Amino acid sequence: MSGHSVVHTPVGGRIMTGTMKVLLTIVALSGIVVAIRFLQGIAAVSNLSNGYPWGVWIAIDVVVGTAIGCGGFAVGILVYILNKGKYHPLVRPAVLTSLLGYGLAVIAVTIDLGRYWGLPKVPIFVWRWTHSPQLEVALCVTAYVMVLLIEISPAAFEKWKDSKNPTLRSLSASGMRIMDKILLWVLALGLLLPAMHQSSLGTMMLLPGPKVHPLWFTPWLPFLFLVNCIMIGYAVVVLEANFSSRAFGRPSETPMLASLSKVAAWVALFWGVFRLGEVAIAGELGLIATGKGMFFLAEVVLVLLAAAILFSEKNRNNPTWQVRAALIMLVGGALHRVNTYLIAFDPGANYHYFPSVPELLITFGIIAAEVAIYIAVVKTFPILGGHGPGPARSKA
Amino acid sequence: MGRAELENWRETAESGNQLQRRDFIKAVTMAAAAVGLSSAAAMKVVEAASKGLKPSVIWLHFQECTGCTESLLRTSHPALSTLILDLVSLDYHETLSAAAGHQAEENLLATMEAHEGAYVCIVEGAIPTKDDGIYCKIAGKTALSLVKEVADRAGAVIAIGSCASFGGIPAADPNPTGAKGAPQVLEGKTVVTIPGCPANPYNLLGTVLQFVALGTLPALDEKGRPKFAYGRTIHEHCPRRAHFDAGRFAQEFGDEGHRQGYCLYKLGCKGPATHANCSTQHFGEVPGAWPIGIGHPCVGCTEQSLAFRVPIHTTVDIERPMPPDTYPPISADQGSVSAVASGVAGLVGGGLIGAGWAASKKLGGGDGAEGSSDKEE
Amino acid sequence: MSVDRRSMLKILAGGGVAAASAALPTKARAPLEVPPAAMGMLYDTTLCIGCKTCVVACKSANDRTPDPGPWGEEALYDAPVDLNGKTKNIIKLYKDDDYRSYMKMQCMHCVDPACAAACMLGSLKKNPVTGVVTYNPDYCVGCRYCMMSCPFNVAKFEFDLAVPNIVKCELCSHRIEDEATLTAGFTRYPEGQGPACCEVCPREAVIYGRRDELLEEAKRRIAASPGRYYEDRVFGETEAGGTQVLYLSHVPFAKLGLPEDIGDKGVPDVAYSVQEGIYYKVPFAIPVAMYGALAFVMFRNRKANEGEGGGKP
Repeated sequence: MSGHSVVHTPVGGRIMTGTMKVLLTIVALSGIVVAIRFLQGIAAVSNLSNGYPWGVWIAIDVVVGTAIGCGGFAVGILVYILNKGKYHPLVRPAVLTSLLGYGLAVIAVTIDLGRYWGLPKVPIFVWRWTHSPQLEVALCVTAYVMVLLIEISPAAFEKWKDSKNPTLRSLSASGMRIMDKILLWVLALGLLLPAMHQSSLGTMMLLPGPKVHPLWFTPWLPFLFLVNCIMIGYAVVVLEANFSSRAFGRPSETPMLASLSKVAAWVALFWGVFRLGEVAIAGELGLIATGKGMFFLAEVVLVLLAAAILFSEKNRNNPTWQVRAALIMLVGGALHRVNTYLIAFDPGANYHYFPSVPELLITFGIIAAEVAIYIAVVKTFPILGGHGPGPARSKA
Repeated sequence: MGRAELENWRETAESGNQLQRRDFIKAVTMAAAAVGLSSAAAMKVVEAASKGLKPSVIWLHFQECTGCTESLLRTSHPALSTLILDLVSLDYHETLSAAAGHQAEENLLATMEAHEGAYVCIVEGAIPTKDDGIYCKIAGKTALSLVKEVADRAGAVIAIGSCASFGGIPAADPNPTGAKGAPQVLEGKTVVTIPGCPANPYNLLGTVLQFVALGTLPALDEKGRPKFAYGRTIHEHCPRRAHFDAGRFAQEFGDEGHRQGYCLYKLGCKGPATHANCSTQHFGEVPGAWPIGIGHPCVGCTEQSLAFRVPIHTTVDIERPMPPDTYPPISADQGSVSAVASGVAGLVGGGLIGAGWAASKKLGGGDGAEGSSDKEE
Repeated sequence: MSVDRRSMLKILAGGGVAAASAALPTKARAPLEVPPAAMGMLYDTTLCIGCKTCVVACKSANDRTPDPGPWGEEALYDAPVDLNGKTKNIIKLYKDDDYRSYMKMQCMHCVDPACAAACMLGSLKKNPVTGVVTYNPDYCVGCRYCMMSCPFNVAKFEFDLAVPNIVKCELCSHRIEDEATLTAGFTRYPEGQGPACCEVCPREAVIYGRRDELLEEAKRRIAASPGRYYEDRVFGETEAGGTQVLYLSHVPFAKLGLPEDIGDKGVPDVAYSVQEGIYYKVPFAIPVAMYGALAFVMFRNRKANEGEGGGKP
């Protein structure tokens, strides 16, 4: 808890490994689909229709994708607000994951938007702003991506400090100086913005009210989405830290992650209980027995199960169960979002939607891109940190 | 009927009947009405006829069956006699003229000279063009040269029947004589085409009457067909259209649907792509006497792309598909769940989660870095 | 351990504050008023003969192409199964055993339109005087939030085009050139400037005019023939906060595809109460206050850490 410095080091090693090649192949294939989408329109590559105008590109790539990008936010609360310095080594990789999650979500939005060339008008045409919840999400996410870039820049500046290139060296020097002054204020922004837009993502699904299933249509949606994103953020950080250690041959940080898992367990418990509670108070528990009730049950059961696993100290300190619980928490949390945006949305019994294969390919491509860029950046820049440099043996 | 006999008949009729003039006016008025000319125009025809100002008509026959002339003979509004005796001066017609041989040919030349630039040239039959057109010769001249010569000095050229309009049956594959229609042979000249096999005689009558009364030709479409007759497809004013729209079709000749008078589209009716007015202007002056009316699908005899080209029982596309023909239900099923896509999604999604789950085993317990002990849970 | 618990309590407390301020719809926002000269349409299912002249007229007045529908290449005609990128107005068939009647569907021009509430830059906008909801592609990014929000599933999108637009009935606003005047009891534009569907209907099953005039006419018809119309009421008088296109029907509205149980509140009510409650009541007060609190705590923490010889964040 008292201040301590974290040493970040690049993992080093060959970037173009077998794994990378597989990932880049997926990205390339999805790139072809993206090209077709832009040349021929959305219908050429997807099953989006007039009944279901939003599909997996929004529900998964954007809504779940940004939640996965809430690692920086979730860890930031612990480190900067609650002053838990011991989680400090997790910050930079979490910020990188966040930057990738949000950045690729922005790309997914651009692919999904029918008239994407109008996107720059959104932040510029201030006099046309409405009170639409989606506007707030759009502006906030744009601002947050810039904040994340600033937050991750110290990694670049550190790398370039000893660069052979004099431009990069001076850039690094002036960058570090600026960061000294503004980083705190930017970080505060980085804790405000996600709270704003993640809750607004929940508010967004209040507008189609009559078409949203009562189990998901609640004025508590913004709050549910906010807590949900923090929970997913912790889960992602645990997963990413464990797999990074394993893949890059760095010492694992099980005790620290165990502590984090406990925090995550409490948040998950709170979310699960709150979710059940608000449905009970609204008198809708009976709906669980009907059609879509099992999806509600799944999202609550998975989250509570994850919490239950992590409340055991033995499980928390066992990386296997740490990871499994985080996986369950991630799936459960993500399920809530997919439920809200896709499953609970009912335009009428005659409409049916399931993503097409090209549509799915774009989603896979975005995920693959995220992983690929993460690996490349982590090997090149000082992102992963810890208690001293570990052996630079990479398995990924 | 020879000309002398016709003259006899007229004199007899005139002298024998005090109401002759009234009948004449009535006949002309009826004829004018039948083709959409006003009664004012009809009176002009009467006046012109009374003054003896009858336009000269030269009727050429080439590769034809004479069906169009025969069809014309079976009209009564006006009767052919009225037409050729009172309204026009039919100066050359190989079927109807009393004269023959050299006498007829001299008459042709004389008419062309006397009424140069004013006579109406009607062409019936296709014109062979292969081998300099030797496959049809009249009086030692090829059809090709004849039509050019006569049309050149005519005031108006009308091609009657599909053969004259675009080649018709003689031009059907493999077209051994290189048969073509008059417009194709007379490039640059405005040729009114009145396709059909046979052409509906009233379409010709209407055009001729307008020329006689007003000195003008009716509005023509891009193929030279008078719009008043060829402006719409059969499908657009077919009495069986309601059956088409409701999806009631005859599936086979003689089946229940056929007996009920259902739409003949599936039997190959070319109505949807055929411009003509057979559905409203029937044949033989018997109401209902037209192909679809008697239960046979239209064969598209007025259309170059269809007639004697597309098999009679082959279906065609609808031209100008409007208006809507079916009713959507209150909520129509849209979209579907593809088995392949669900399979892919399931495999990849399940695979990723499963892989993560399984990979977690390798992490083992404890905090070893590389080569961590494989401690299962 | 006690410190941990303290931190946990802090988290929960913080969450509680966030919850209280962020989630509770403070005061429901005031219902939107019907605009002063609100124009609308009145459709009477008892008069409609399903001739579909209105569909043809709409296509031609709005330059829409025929839609071969699900019959694809065997397409014989314009046969859309629903409103879509090529179809702004449609007649649907209601079947009930051996009974047939028709339903005309197009934009309802709601008094409190969810589509306009969804639109980020106001590309879908409700005219403040006539109340007609029009579409301006200049500010549209094609996000389709309007389609998600519309409870009548009216707004459609040209998914099959590389340069797509949102497509929906705009009450033929593009044809209006002159003022509307009182004609035969209804405030109307000159011939050729009103909604094409109304101008061609051979039985006046759909008519247009000012909404209040149409409501009056609807009520007159109900009073003149009691029992003829379902529940002796007009759909759209209060539903979803009121719509400017009104329906008189002899069959239950739900059977015609109208959301009979939508309630009398405007569709954007809940979402906007929450959103405006958080952000716009005192504009941006809550986010600014939160930022101040966060920055303050972080600043104080940094000072404390520096005091103990720690590094910067």
